[in-house]
Amino acid sequence: MTVLLFTIIVLVGAFLAGLVGSLTGLGGGVIIIPLLTLGLGVDIHYAIGASIISVIATSSGSAAAYVKEGITNVRIGMFLEIATTMSAIVGVVIATYIKADYIIVIFGLILLFSAYMMLKKKIDHSNNEKTSVLANYFKLNGSYPTENGVKQYAVHHVVGGFAMMFVAGTLSGLLGIGSGALKVIGMDNIMKIPFKVSTTTSNFMIGVTAAASALVYLHKGQIDPAIAMPVTIGVITGATLGAKILIRTKTDKLKVVFAIVVTFLALQMIYKGLTGQP
Amino acid sequence: MSKQVKHYLGDKDVQVILGTLLRIGVLVSTGVVLIGGLIFLIERSGETVSFGNFKPEEAKFSSIIEIFRGLKTFDGLAIIQFGVLLLIFTPIARVVFSIFSFLLERDYMYVIIGLIVLCVIITSLYLDIAH
Repeated sequence: MTVLLFTIIVLVGAFLAGLVGSLTGLGGGVIIIPLLTLGLGVDIHYAIGASIISVIATSSGSAAAYVKEGITNVRIGMFLEIATTMSAIVGVVIATYIKADYIIVIFGLILLFSAYMMLKKKIDHSNNEKTSVLANYFKLNGSYPTENGVKQYAVHHVVGGFAMMFVAGTLSGLLGIGSGALKVIGMDNIMKIPFKVSTTTSNFMIGVTAAASALVYLHKGQIDPAIAMPVTIGVITGATLGAKILIRTKTDKLKVVFAIVVTFLALQMIYKGLTGQP
Repeated sequence: MSKQVKHYLGDKDVQVILGTLLRIGVLVSTGVVLIGGLIFLIERSGETVSFGNFKPEEAKFSSIIEIFRGLKTFDGLAIIQFGVLLLIFTPIARVVFSIFSFLLERDYMYVIIGLIVLCVIITSLYLDIAH
């Protein structure tokens, strides 16, 4: 394949990945990796390197849009980033020692899980019962503005949330994804942080975590500029357009369609990993 | 109550600066990647590529020093990689920025937590597991 053709195909694919990723909240990485490996026969190592760049691009791009609402809890983010950045590096190190086929299978499984999480109805568990000693000590409880004035919220199960972030970070480093689905479980379900806060805060964490693993991937030679170029440009333009559409569109039906596509891709990845086919 | 409102306004300023910082980071890095990409395509669009096998030994710009060396010769791929590097440093700049805002708030516990995160990231800069 010529450089020009490869660039054009990846550019279009990455644009769609960024667009659909931002519309469904699934992020770019989960589409970039199957596109490159299944679609274009790119080695999983390069695909992961390209994906981690797309994760940073979407995170920073959408963070700029989110910031206007001003509800990121920087303390929660920074506190949990201790877990996510450390474990991301652990994930990259694990990736160096296990067979590529296993990484592909694990990726497929996470893809299935993400599709499930995307369709699952989210329930806001937040309340203002300041019972957690650690949350008080680390000043994690916060408030955010609503139409009816300032709403206070308390953070729960700090240890459990921290542990979940360790798992999320490891998978992020291992697979080159943002691990948004796992971060949501950690923040919404375990720590009981309100959506308005958890979405933006997890986005903040995703970027910082991905930056830590991206630097290691760079040194390992997994970030190839010829792939990174169309991926970066495509994902950023797609995600920017997606963020604009999102404001005035309902995405329920799109999510169902997309979940089916993602499930199909996941099964193909698992098959590919198990049979060891190129 | 009035105190709380005031607190929000302060936070809002920080958030606006932060939003601008992120937007500039993304814009500049995309621009640099685009320039590098055009140079690369003009020079080598006819060549054939294959990424079917991972060959880390052939990676040309896999460290900051190599990227800067490549920039001097206007190598398209080096310029792309420099843009990628800028993109990677955008969220890191956000951490540094947060540490400063904690310092202004005199929240020293979070200055330390922020520094721990920064140290982990800096460690990843020097981690060379492949070679």
